[in-house]
Amino acid sequence: MASEARPAPLAHHFDDYDQQRESATLGMWLFLAQEVMFFGGLFLAYTVYRWKYPAFFALGSNQLDVPLGLANTIVLIGSSLTMVLAVRAAQLGKARQIAGWIGATMALGTGFLVVKGFEYHHKWVHHLIPGAGFHIEGTTDPAAQTFFVLYFCMTGLHALHMIVGLGLLAFLVPKALRGDFSAENHNWVEGVGLYWHFVDVIWIFLFPLLYLLGRHHA
Amino acid sequence: MTAPATAAPTELPSYLEAAHGPKSWLLTRDHKRIGILYLVAISVFFVLGGLMAVLIRAELATPQGDMFSSDVYNRLFTMHGILMIFFFLIPSIPAVLGNFLLPVMIGAKDLAFPKLNLTSWYLYMIGGLMTFGSLLTGGIDTGWTFYTPMSTTFAQGQVLVTAVGIFVAGFSSILTGLNFIVTIHRMRAPGMTWFRLPLFVWAHYATSIIQILGTPVVAIAILLVGAERLFHIGVFDPKYGGDPLLFQHLFWFYSHPAVYIMILPAMGVMSELVTAFSRKRVFGYHFVAFSSLFIAVIGFLVWGHHMYVSGQSVVAGAIFSFLTMLVAIPSAVKVFNWTATLYKGSISLQTPMLYALGFIGVFLIGGLTGVMLGTLGIDIHVHDTYFIVAHFHYVMVGSAIMGYLGGLHFWWPKITGRMYDEFWSKVGALLIFVGFNTTFFPQFILGYLGMPRRYHMYPAEFQTWNVLSSAGATILGVGYLIPVIYLLWSLKFGAKAPANPWGAKGLEWQTASPPPVENFATPPVVTEEAYAYETSAPAKEVTVGV
Ligand code: HEM
Ligand SMILES: [Cu+2]
Repeated sequence: MASEARPAPLAHHFDDYDQQRESATLGMWLFLAQEVMFFGGLFLAYTVYRWKYPAFFALGSNQLDVPLGLANTIVLIGSSLTMVLAVRAAQLGKARQIAGWIGATMALGTGFLVVKGFEYHHKWVHHLIPGAGFHIEGTTDPAAQTFFVLYFCMTGLHALHMIVGLGLLAFLVPKALRGDFSAENHNWVEGVGLYWHFVDVIWIFLFPLLYLLGRHHA
Repeated sequence: MTAPATAAPTELPSYLEAAHGPKSWLLTRDHKRIGILYLVAISVFFVLGGLMAVLIRAELATPQGDMFSSDVYNRLFTMHGILMIFFFLIPSIPAVLGNFLLPVMIGAKDLAFPKLNLTSWYLYMIGGLMTFGSLLTGGIDTGWTFYTPMSTTFAQGQVLVTAVGIFVAGFSSILTGLNFIVTIHRMRAPGMTWFRLPLFVWAHYATSIIQILGTPVVAIAILLVGAERLFHIGVFDPKYGGDPLLFQHLFWFYSHPAVYIMILPAMGVMSELVTAFSRKRVFGYHFVAFSSLFIAVIGFLVWGHHMYVSGQSVVAGAIFSFLTMLVAIPSAVKVFNWTATLYKGSISLQTPMLYALGFIGVFLIGGLTGVMLGTLGIDIHVHDTYFIVAHFHYVMVGSAIMGYLGGLHFWWPKITGRMYDEFWSKVGALLIFVGFNTTFFPQFILGYLGMPRRYHMYPAEFQTWNVLSSAGATILGVGYLIPVIYLLWSLKFGAKAPANPWGAKGLEWQTASPPPVENFATPPVVTEEAYAYETSAPAKEVTVGV
């Protein structure tokens, strides 16, 4: 039972905690810059194909479940809030609070993935998985698949990032309970927090692009 | 963790003596040891890629296809390209010399993230072994460019394994760049201001930006190729409405900047060599430093010059042509500044300097032919001919590898604590220069005459130039073999190196050779820039007037 912080480890090659913390934060931001470019390739593909096949994108977008997507958006924004509270608790060195807020974040994140799973299942049942068995009401042009190729690539990669995020959060819980985090040393919580917000922001773009844009043109 | 501030430099064990056994290497977090791990690994890939080059040149000595079938030949040049670019040249200077030197040059004890640094090496090894494994099981025939729909639909073989191998190695490159940028921002010693940084460090800063922002784009492109192959969906396949040109855009958005990942670090090495062996402050420090950043930025805007004949619009072609001309400016700035640094310097022709002078000449040809290719009209004539092959070997083999070898010779005493053989190292440098030009200059002519790249049979009229090229490759091969022998020899029999054998000014020369684990016996405080040659008398004993 350690609500009191243990002495924070300072790695041998750093002069002080400030240097260590600033390095960790800058490193995380650079990693996120890398992530932006990684997803950027997919957003470019989305732009190109949307411009090429507006009708198919409207058709595809109408197959998505807006209420479920909206619910998931709210769940994910909620998880960003609990994540912020976890970081705040870490800055104050409150071990049990950190673990609690991280647990809440994980619950919300898992909820998101479960809903996503239902959505995927629905697509499966309705033959909307790209490939030989693909079939959509309204056209037989195989190019109609492009919307769903992008839908699965983008939301799939996003879900993969969420799973990694959940793993990282799970890794932080025992550390938090051991009292590893304190005002000087909470780089891990802060770094994972940044990552979590980033994944959230990606979804904030995915939701309107995939679910909302162009529905009314069909 | 201990504070040996009172110990004399000689009393600290060097990073090589501090621990022993395979575990002390494979689990090390010391940036210097990780640099050595990379050195060993990239050398193996260089030898493998080199053997393939030998086979390619042997096949091309005659117009008939007498050694390999077309299919085997395709696999040969594909693997040659992939190993040399992704597993040798891209990691060469940053991961070996940069890893070893960057923290020492700025007076830090290590890179900001030592564990991440080791992770990068393991990612590189996993990627390398996967790619090598795919080679052992038949290889792939797509060319290093993975063009779709060839790579997604028609290619036979282990495209998926190779693609994942390159993907994994790509993250090694990204994380190395990330580590460097954080280190340069946060770990500089007291007094090491931005404009006292060695130009080697500036060059690595610019390189790291490209690694972080460019590599993920090729990563996603490769991932999509993999998905298309695996699930038979249409990301790039026109049959399902995909656009093959989208792949080319994504690929070159990385792969043009990637050529600067290969050349910028070599340019950084050049700035160190030229100053150290002409005993002069570098001419126009700020220009050289900012030209690296300028190259990194403009380098992201020129990828379309690889797609002039791919069906991209003429307007796009013209714009890319103009931007390509722009990128030649900072490259030229560097060449002019090195030349001006040589002017009235007291030049000594030690081996690293031979490589440096060779670099200037070879890069001039490589860069200027790049400008020719950037010109729309010329490129339409010579695209996909041996002219291209000659151009990029002038910049990659000629310039980048000469920069790497020059740097390796310059810092070898620092890294290993041993001196290598003067005579043989000069013989090696000269053979490499002669062999290189004999191999690749004829290829400009072949390309201009119209010989296409990537075929193993050609009309008999091209044979003379091809024989010349293959003969040059033999000399080049011997040239590369010689350093392997005397460098390995020096490890056991070389004279012990002093801390500063060249009388150079950088911070890395002020600590022991080889350095202790935390690089300096006492944390350094920097009071002058790395090129303060004029402020003290030149070291006469190492100066050979020219
Ligand atoms: C001075 C600046 C440079 C300019 C203006 C330039 C221009 C070009 C152009 C226009 C092409 C396309 C030719 C074609 O495919 O038709 C090209 C190809 C190429 N360049 Fe450069 N280049 C420059 C420097 C470099 C450097 C420094 C490197 C490498 C270190 C490099 C490596 C390559 C490679 C690998 C290719 C061929 C890729 C392939 O098709 O397989 N270039 N260059
Ligand atoms: Cu290019």
